[in-house]
Parts: sequence; C-alpha cells; structure tokens
Amino acid sequence: MEKWENNRAWFLVLPVFVIVAFSAIIPLMTVVNYSIQDIFGPGNAVFVGMEWFKEMLTDKRLHDALGRQFIFSGLVLLIEIPLGILIALAMPKKGWKASASLVTLAIPLLIPWNVIGTIWIIFTRPDIGLFGVGINSLDLLDVPFDHTARPSYAWVTLMAMEVWHWTPLVALLCYAGLRAIPEAYYQAARIDGASSWAVFRYIQLPKMRGVLTIAVLLRWMDSFLIYAEPFALTGGGPGNSTTFLSIYLVKLATGQFDLGPAAAFSLIYFLIVLLFSFIFYQALLNVGKGEKSV
Amino acid sequence: MKIQKRSLALLFYFIVLIVPIYWMLNMSLRDNADIMLSFSLYPTDITFKNYIKVFTDPTWYSGYINAMIYVSMNTVMSLAFALPAAYAFSRFRFLGDGQMFFWLLTNRMAPPAVFLLPYFQLYSTVNLIDTHIAVALAHCLFNVPLAVWILEGFMSGIPKEIDETAFIDGYSFPRFFLTLFIPLIRAGVGVTAFFCFMFSWVELLFARTLTVTEAKPIVATMTRTISATGLDWGLLAANGILTIVPGALVIWFVRNHLAKGFALGRV
Amino acid sequence: MARIDMQEIAHSYVAQPEQESDYALKRIHNTWDDGGAYALLGPSGCGKTTLLNVISGLLTPSKGRVLYDGQDVTDLPPEKRNIAQVFQFPVLYDTMSVFDNLAFPLRNRRVAPDEVKRRVLEVAEILDLTPFLKKKAAGLAADAKQKISLGRGLVRSDVAAILFDEPLTVIDPQLKWDLRRKLKEIHEQLKLTMIYVTHDQVEALTFAEQVLVMYEGELVQIGTPQELFENPQHKFVGYFIGSPGMNFLPCTLDGNMARVDGVGIPLDDKMAAMGQKARGRLELGIRPMGLEVHAETVAGGVPARVYTMEDQGSFKILTVKLAGHTLRARLPEDHSVTQTDVWLRFPPHWTKLFADDRLVSE
Repeated sequence: MEKWENNRAWFLVLPVFVIVAFSAIIPLMTVVNYSIQDIFGPGNAVFVGMEWFKEMLTDKRLHDALGRQFIFSGLVLLIEIPLGILIALAMPKKGWKASASLVTLAIPLLIPWNVIGTIWIIFTRPDIGLFGVGINSLDLLDVPFDHTARPSYAWVTLMAMEVWHWTPLVALLCYAGLRAIPEAYYQAARIDGASSWAVFRYIQLPKMRGVLTIAVLLRWMDSFLIYAEPFALTGGGPGNSTTFLSIYLVKLATGQFDLGPAAAFSLIYFLIVLLFSFIFYQALLNVGKGEKSV
Repeated sequence: MKIQKRSLALLFYFIVLIVPIYWMLNMSLRDNADIMLSFSLYPTDITFKNYIKVFTDPTWYSGYINAMIYVSMNTVMSLAFALPAAYAFSRFRFLGDGQMFFWLLTNRMAPPAVFLLPYFQLYSTVNLIDTHIAVALAHCLFNVPLAVWILEGFMSGIPKEIDETAFIDGYSFPRFFLTLFIPLIRAGVGVTAFFCFMFSWVELLFARTLTVTEAKPIVATMTRTISATGLDWGLLAANGILTIVPGALVIWFVRNHLAKGFALGRV
Repeated sequence: MARIDMQEIAHSYVAQPEQESDYALKRIHNTWDDGGAYALLGPSGCGKTTLLNVISGLLTPSKGRVLYDGQDVTDLPPEKRNIAQVFQFPVLYDTMSVFDNLAFPLRNRRVAPDEVKRRVLEVAEILDLTPFLKKKAAGLAADAKQKISLGRGLVRSDVAAILFDEPLTVIDPQLKWDLRRKLKEIHEQLKLTMIYVTHDQVEALTFAEQVLVMYEGELVQIGTPQELFENPQHKFVGYFIGSPGMNFLPCTLDGNMARVDGVGIPLDDKMAAMGQKARGRLELGIRPMGLEVHAETVAGGVPARVYTMEDQGSFKILTVKLAGHTLRARLPEDHSVTQTDVWLRFPPHWTKLFADDRLVSE
C-alpha cells in the first residue's frame, strides 16, 4: 500500500515511544554502566573497560550454553511453526465448536510458567506421574524414565513441555490470520479448479505471512530467553545438559553476585538475540516485498 | 472423508493438550500425602480442601484480585497506546519509521533479569513500589511493542481507500477511527487483547520484584508453596487450575472477533 | 458459451423457512440466452449476489433447477460448470506473476504447456496486459488486477458464461469508463454470455442489451434499457431507473380522468380503460422528463407551486408541490422558470397508471 508521507504521524507514535523508552533506556544505561565496572560494594567500584566482555566472550561454559540454546531454539521453531499452522488449518471456522477449540487451545498459555515446570515434574515422575508411569510401563528403555535420569530424557521432556506450552500461540496467530482471508479467494480458487494444496500454497500461506512473522520472531525471542520453565523442570541438569543461556546468566549473577560480569553477559546476550531477530525480520520482510495487501 | 480425518487429528491433539491439565486437576482434588504416596488415574479420595483454602485465605484470593487489576490495567493501556501508533506505522511514511518499528521489537529481546534491579530502583524512587500501576506500567515494556506489531499487521490489510472515503465524507479522524476503523480490525484487537492479557498474567519476575503485599499477584504467592515440608503439590495444583479461569474467560469474550475476521464488501 | 435456464429457483438462508420474508430469492424463472450481455440491477440486499452464486454453483438453491444448454447442473460444483466469476475486489494469487495467474486455471485442468502459452498470450493481448506478463501480480493497480481476474475467466476456451459481481467497485472513477468500454468490446469480440450484477443503473444501462431489475428477491422486469425507461412494469423500476426517478401520485379514477386530491389529470383512453379493470391502490406515474411546466394556464394544466430549482448544467431539476405532493420535472437548460406559481401538464403518452405497484395492463 502506498503510504502517506507525513512527519506529523509522530504524534500518534509519541505515547508509545515515551513509555517504551522510559521502560527500556534507563535500565539499559544502568546495565551498560555496570558492565564496565568492577563493583565491590555500594559506591565502591573501579572502571575496568572491556575486561568483563573479554572474560565472558572467552568463557567455555558460555559457549556451551550458547550451543545448547541454538539447538533448543532451532528445534522449537522447526516443530512449533508447522504444527501450529496445521492446527490452525484444521480448526473449525465458526459455531460453538470454534469457540470451544479456541478456549481449549489457549489453556496452556495461561498457566504461570513456574507452575508449568512444576506440574511437568510431577507428570513425568516414574512413581506418581501419568507420563512417567506410562512410558515405563511400555518397557522399551534400558534406563527407566525419569526426567533427569539422562540428558536425552531431560531434553525430550523439556521439548515436550515446550511444544505443549507454546504451539497454541502459533496456532492462535495463524487462526486469526486465516479468518481474515475473504471468502471470495476460496470461491475464485474453486472456480479455477485449484487443489487444496494449491489453495494452501498460493492463498493461505502468503496471506498468513504477517502473522507467521510475528509467530516466528516471538517464538525465537522467547525461546532464546527462556528461564522459568526449564529451571523449574530440570534446574539446568542433569549436570549442565539443559543449562541454557538465561539459566547460566542467573547462576552467574546470583551465585557470585558479580554485577559486572553479569551485566556484560546480559549485553552480549541481548546483542545475539538482536542480531538473529534482525536477520529473521529482514528475511521475512523481503519474502513479502510486493506481496502486501490486496 | 477428508474433513473427518482432519477433525479426528484435531481431536487427538486437543486430548493430548488436555491430559497434563487433567493431571493437574487430579492432583488439586487430592491430599498431599495421597499425591506423593500413590499413583491413581483419578482421585479416589476427593477433597476440596485445596480450593477451600484459596477461597477463604485472603493471602491467596487477594493474589487473584491483584493480578486481575494490574493485568486489566495493562491490557487497556497497551491497547490505548498501541492503536494510534499502529495506525501511524500502517498508513504513514515518516522519519525513522522502519527503525522505530524494529526498535520496539528489540525491547522484548533482553533477558528480563537485566531489568530487575534498575526497575526496582526506578519505581522506588517515584514511590510506586507495591502498586498495581507499577506492574501495569512495567509490563508495557513488552506488551506495547507486541500490540503495535500485531495491530499494524491487521491494519495493513485494510485498504487506505476506506480511510480516504471516510475523510471525504466528512468524518473527523477520531470518529472515523472509533466508529469505522476499529470494528474493521476486530479480529486483530481481539488477538492483541488476549496476548496482552496473557503475557501480563503469567509474568513472574517483575510482578514479584515490584510488589510486596498490597499488590502481590497470585503468580508470586504461588512460589510460596515451598515450605519446610516440601512443595504443597495439592495447593499448587489447585491454584494452577484456578489461574486458567480468567484467561479462559477473556478468550471466550474475544472468540467472535477471532472467528469472524474481516470481510471485504461489507463496508 | 451456453444457454442458462433458471427454473422455479427459490432460495432461503434460513434452515427452516416459514414465511415469504425468509426467502432471499422468491421465484426466479428465466432464460439467459447464449451470448447475451445481461445486467442484473437492483438495490443492495435485493438478492442479486445470491442469484449470481446460484448461477455459478457457489450456492445450491433451496428449490428449483439450473440448466446449462438443457443439462441439469444444479448439483454440480462451480469447477465443473465452466463459468468464470469476477468479484467486487480483485482476487489474485499474489505470489505469482501475471502470466502464471492467467495460466493457473488451464494448468489445473492439465492443458499442454504450448496451448497454455498460446491462450495466455491471446487473452493478455485482448486485455492490454501483455507488457505486464512477467511482473508480479500483486504490484499492479486495481484496474489491472481486475483485468487479470477477468482474464482467468477468458483463458478457458470452453467457458459457459462470465459473471460479474459489481466488479468496478474499487476502481477509480476515471478508469471505470475504460474498463466498462473494454468489457463491452470483449463481449462484441468473443460473444460470451455475460451477466453483470450492479446497483448502479448507469453501469447496467450502458453495458447490457437486456436489463433484469431485481427487487426484494424477485425479478420485477426484464427488458432493454429503452423499455425499462419508457414502460416500467413495476413502481420500483420507475423509481430506480432514471435520474431522478419517476414521480408517483396516489389517485382515483374518474372516467377518463385521474383525480389527485380532487385535481383532475386527463389520461389517454387506453390507459383509462385498463385502469377501470384494475384492482387495488391506484397511483399515477410520470417521468420528470415528461412533465411539462408552463408559465401560464394551458389546456389540461394543473396549478402547482415551485419549491426549488437546481441547475445541473445541461438540464435543470424543478421541484414543485401539487396539492401537498412533491413532484420533480426535468427541464432543458434554456427553459427558465422565474415565478413561483406554474401550471403542469401531464402529456397522456407519458402518464402511466399503477395499481398495487404494477403497471395496469389489458
């Protein structure tokens, strides 16, 4: 769509700018401030320049955590996005069934994250949890299932919990996007003799580009920053096998209470998320060049 | 036949979705000792004491009330700020628009832990600690960008010609925006309201850090189920079930906006 | 190209229709001749889109049958009927080029690539789209997009009819003219059956050979634009067609005169005779163009008071009050009226009698 050129549009954006700037810039300045100092106590700090950044960037444990994080977030996107699309396509369009589906779908999203972790602990326990008991009764594994018995078990449980928890977000966004497609497109496709795959590929998928961008970026960012759920479920273990970046950061910050390195770490963390989000964003924007609107 | 397969698959998915919830319900209706000692598919000794505790103990039910208050405040605020901004991004080209849009998103990219101490200091300074408005404002950090983002997408699906026609017909901007435009993006407003509600409702770190007692929400109170005797699983489960209710209501109310979507030609 | 028959079609959107008002289409019984250019004209909500969807197969009617060249297609879905439909807004496959958009219906039907190319180039030529073939369809202007929508219908050489549902709605006014002309050209060139739904009488009257006027789910009149103007069979046709619409005055019959609140207006003998036989509420109808306005008394003249006069450039609209009723007269631009009291004359051949909203007949 051809946009109107008018700098007075800034007035419409001003409230948003003010409130977000206020919430973001002040803390950011604080963090930058801490990241370049060695803080011994209140009012007792020494300027150390890039010292913490160097230390963090060469920290092996940070590299490991980063690697695990990429695998985790990658798996999240690979599973949740297609699954969410499929669910949205299968959902009823109207009537009581649509309402019931929407409410059911939303439920996992509404549970506080620490509760989710805790509930899945119980759920997967081999003695009192349905999932744990169920898997073990099948007698397929050499080591009995317990969510922290082995790194692979921990990962499986974590992924199951994560997919269970967040796929509905993708599905809801895609559903809203699908409902916004005018009926005439489907009618024209029928008249043109298009197969349902063609309808998906040429009508539904392109028109969902907007919501899919939001879904991909949100899931990327939130999974990369994830803390509460994996911490509640595995505490980062067994060993370090599920210690993702956020968990490592908190361990570092609360363990040694070293604000300096923690702040430097936070900034590096932020920049990584920023970089990849930017890449995704540009990629999705370019795919859509010339495709926006009717 | 094809439709049959689809609904069956969907039904299967919903069942898988519900199972952990059912398990939580199961636990909420049992005594702690019962939960830890025996595995059973359904509660054999049903007890409502976990729920009764929540409804009668003020430290518990006030958690729900507090949360409802600041979450509602935040949803309204986020929508109010985001709607005009989203319109601007959708309809206008102005200095720094692309950069500003992306900058908004970046506010969701920092690990939340980073903001805790600065926020605490900030809100202490202006004496807003332990107030609902503090949490509502703090949540705007991540909800407002999301709201702008989602709304802009929906708004861009509406041709500018509709705005132009309305202005030619003599509508003032507020009247056009409120009576014509917003109804057209109903689906988007519904989705946005739900997400703002949801992200604010489940958020723990800010809600816990910025409140003490007056505005303490249920998500924070629930972490107190850890006691000397270990986790009170039954109570935790009961609260887990109850926390679903407000959100389920919200999505019930916006379900029509989601399902109807936007239909050209009805303009 | 096909002849389309609608036999006793009625449709209701309500599951269990009880009374007449539950029906969106009350009784449609009509034949659309092969190769004709038809307009389906009526106000919003009169059922035109419903009827169009019944023809195309997007809707199965509650009652009645649809025949293409004598074959019953009522239960056939649209893709089996070989029709093309153009919607109110351009419906395109945004990710494809113009060429691929036009080729899409053919490729779905497994037409050989050479044939596909030939047909697409042919249709692109007719629609002046040839320079755009390689471009992405999404980037073009609304009128080009509508042409592509039309093109997807034209590529199929066996297309039975092309249905248009208010296709010029999103087109800029300057370009509407060009598109309308192009549609007429295509009709003359390809001799396809075209059915054009609209609420705009100018579009209908300029495009069609035959206009079908719809009102509240019924076809109230079918005829050439000329016939509809001169001989409206239904009050609605009189009111809807013409700018401004027909004047109507409630009246009673007194021999050869119609009496409007006591004032006598002469009728021609034939009209009066038919009026005598008619039953129901009588109304007198006259088109603004036919109503004569005189500065002094004339034979058969009726006094009236001028209310307003609007100068529309090439003609004037005079609003007068006659015995409590408002009438409009359309005067040529050089005819000036300066006084407030005038005399109206109702030329008998312009004056029609309506009983219960229908034109009196033999």
